[in-house]
Amino acid sequence: MADRIEVLKTYKTYVGGKFPRSESDRTYRITDGKDNHIANACRCSRKDVRDAVLASRSAFGGWYARTAYNRGQVLYRIAEMLEGRKDQFVNELKLSGVKQKVALNEVHTAIDRLIYFAGWTDKISQVFGTVNPVASAHFNFSSPDATGVVGIIAPDEHPLLSVISLIAPVIATGNTCVLLASETNPLPAVSFGEVLHASDVPGGVVNILTGYRNETVETLTSHKDINALLLASRDIETGKLADENASLSVKRVVQYRAEDWFSGEHENPYLVLEFMETKTTWHPVGA
Amino acid sequence: MSDINTKEPIDKANNGSPKPTSPNADRKLDFASFWEYSPAPENSDHVEIDERYNHFINGEFVEPVKGRYMKSINPANEEVLCEFAEGTSEDVDRAVKAARKAYEKTWSKISGKERGKYIFRLARIIQERARELAITETIDGGKPIRESRDVDVPLAAAHFFYYAGWADKLNYAFPGRKPKSIGVCGQIIPWNFPILMLAWKIAPALATGNTVVLKPAESTPVTALKFAEICRDAGLPAGVVNIVTGAGTTGSEIVNHPDVNKIAFTGSTIVGKIIQKSVAGTGKKITLELGGKGPNIVFEDAPLDQAVEGIVNAIFFNQGHVCCAGSRLLVQEGIADRLIQKLKDRMETLIVGDPLDKNTDIGAINSKAQYDRILEYLDIGVNEGAEMYQSSCSIPDNGYFCRPTIFTNVSQSNRIVQEEIFGPVLTIQTFRTPEEAIEKANNTPYGLASGVWTDKGSKIFKVGQAVRSGVIWSNTYNKFDPTSPFGGYKESGIGREGGLHGLYPYIKF
Repeated sequence: MADRIEVLKTYKTYVGGKFPRSESDRTYRITDGKDNHIANACRCSRKDVRDAVLASRSAFGGWYARTAYNRGQVLYRIAEMLEGRKDQFVNELKLSGVKQKVALNEVHTAIDRLIYFAGWTDKISQVFGTVNPVASAHFNFSSPDATGVVGIIAPDEHPLLSVISLIAPVIATGNTCVLLASETNPLPAVSFGEVLHASDVPGGVVNILTGYRNETVETLTSHKDINALLLASRDIETGKLADENASLSVKRVVQYRAEDWFSGEHENPYLVLEFMETKTTWHPVGA
Repeated sequence: MSDINTKEPIDKANNGSPKPTSPNADRKLDFASFWEYSPAPENSDHVEIDERYNHFINGEFVEPVKGRYMKSINPANEEVLCEFAEGTSEDVDRAVKAARKAYEKTWSKISGKERGKYIFRLARIIQERARELAITETIDGGKPIRESRDVDVPLAAAHFFYYAGWADKLNYAFPGRKPKSIGVCGQIIPWNFPILMLAWKIAPALATGNTVVLKPAESTPVTALKFAEICRDAGLPAGVVNIVTGAGTTGSEIVNHPDVNKIAFTGSTIVGKIIQKSVAGTGKKITLELGGKGPNIVFEDAPLDQAVEGIVNAIFFNQGHVCCAGSRLLVQEGIADRLIQKLKDRMETLIVGDPLDKNTDIGAINSKAQYDRILEYLDIGVNEGAEMYQSSCSIPDNGYFCRPTIFTNVSQSNRIVQEEIFGPVLTIQTFRTPEEAIEKANNTPYGLASGVWTDKGSKIFKVGQAVRSGVIWSNTYNKFDPTSPFGGYKESGIGREGGLHGLYPYIKF
């Protein structure tokens, strides 16, 4: 009896809540590091980046307008969906040569990290907002407020855990994002898009692109409709380029080079705050 | 008695537009016919301004290595006020070395409590020399004495007082983390609020345990050098605060010095972008307080007379040399004609002239360069088809003075609507719905400050939340306080100054 022929998966991108191929129709080979073919990924173009930024900007108003409670529930829902698809991600991580135990640990940590940030959505302004005792007859308060569209450049290592550790703190408070997945290891990020799609995350809140960095980073980092950049790539040159291009429109830049993505230090509200503005409101007090 | 009885019925014949609630509501302000203002100049005899100022490095006033000096002009009479050192790379290097040494040897070693006591001393001496600083600020920069006396200098002292108290309480400011100082901070400040911006920069830097190299603007260096005397007199350890004077090239020497750990800049967005680019890849921390084009939104249910005062304060305060100025008036259609007429009437009462005169409302434009820039924008506005109106007040023959100016018939894409003019120039647009107001308010690259005028609380919160700017002044404008964080969204900057949030830029975990 002949073995059943497996149905292989076509990896696409995740933009505006849909799964389009690159507008350029190009793909590139993803291998397991020993040159064994795993899949083809979309080789996104500058146009794909611009489309993703547009989708992200369009989604911002609606996501930002959700209540903090609702965003927390949506983030929790992502964790629930991921829990149910654990095996899929363990297998996908193993394709790139990771052992079962490490892969399982990565998926577990990623799920727990989502829950961690889900809990911050309705607490961040309580912990970091202030009522300011101004020396005049005014009521004055400051509250953190989402900064807008965030461009994220993911690292190569731990392609599920790192991607979730970067996306969750950004979207928790109402930002939307465009993520460039790892060039060599993008498949778990693309599959994570399917989880997002099934988790009540509105289309466009998270957009995931794959491809060659030298074809996408320039457009992402210089795009004027992006308000902030989060770089976890270890490449120093990319970091400098991002810094330089950010100055074109005064983007906030966070260079986030993690040694150990499993470490609990990635679970803190200060990364959330990096993508929030402080808004201060005054009003006179009087009869 | 209920107010309802005194309200007049809505006039249906007049399209339901609200009638004035007071019989005097539409009466025109007319100060000129009844009162003559006699000159009321502030006495400046007791203020000493040296003929020549040097850098303040390592606790001493030192001549610039290259021996070059620049001149500071009094913009109200165009006379040379004094000379000050032009800082070169050698001077900046000496200052940074002094700051580094002070950081390593003394400032990072002493306790927060002792640090705080030094900063309290600075606050007190500023208060003691307040009148002298106010007069100096006015002579050097052209701002009305009433403003430097009542706003700039008291707020500067208050800022030091506020941050002094933080020095030994930093562990309470960052939940779950232990903050550490950063090191040497390079700080570059603008000419519109010289001593106040100095306070905004130096007070939080010192409170968090950092040392400072600060460069004041080339048109207003004097109060910073008087502050250097204050540091000396307060016994502040040598090198903790260093003041290097000069122009843009001196600033870029500070920005690019490899031993500076953090850059804090307040100034134009153009220069801010250059600075952000220059520190790319260096890992230097950066805070930027840049330009703005503040929308001041007046709804038809706003208290109109208060709104007119707010509009005047928003755009004519400090000659409009305010990054957060309410330079775009957005007024709801139904009240536009009335509001603009009231505004014009109020503008007629504004006194433009001698900054040292206590009656003066609008002083001198800070420099020739800025004066020319404002005039250029007036031309641009007229050429774009906008209708210009200026008050008819007299202005002095010498010095740089600009009458309060408004532009009507402007559109969102006009340069005078999109670009920061930094002068007493207001553009006026109308809107119908809150959504349209929000859309127009957000339609510039800036996001520093906004005003919202309405008697309806829920509208304040709706509009205030939707307008993307770091400060929302509702039913008020241009209010500042050391406890209140200030800073912009988008291209208006990165980071906040003031309040607890103003500590973040000067610490690391």
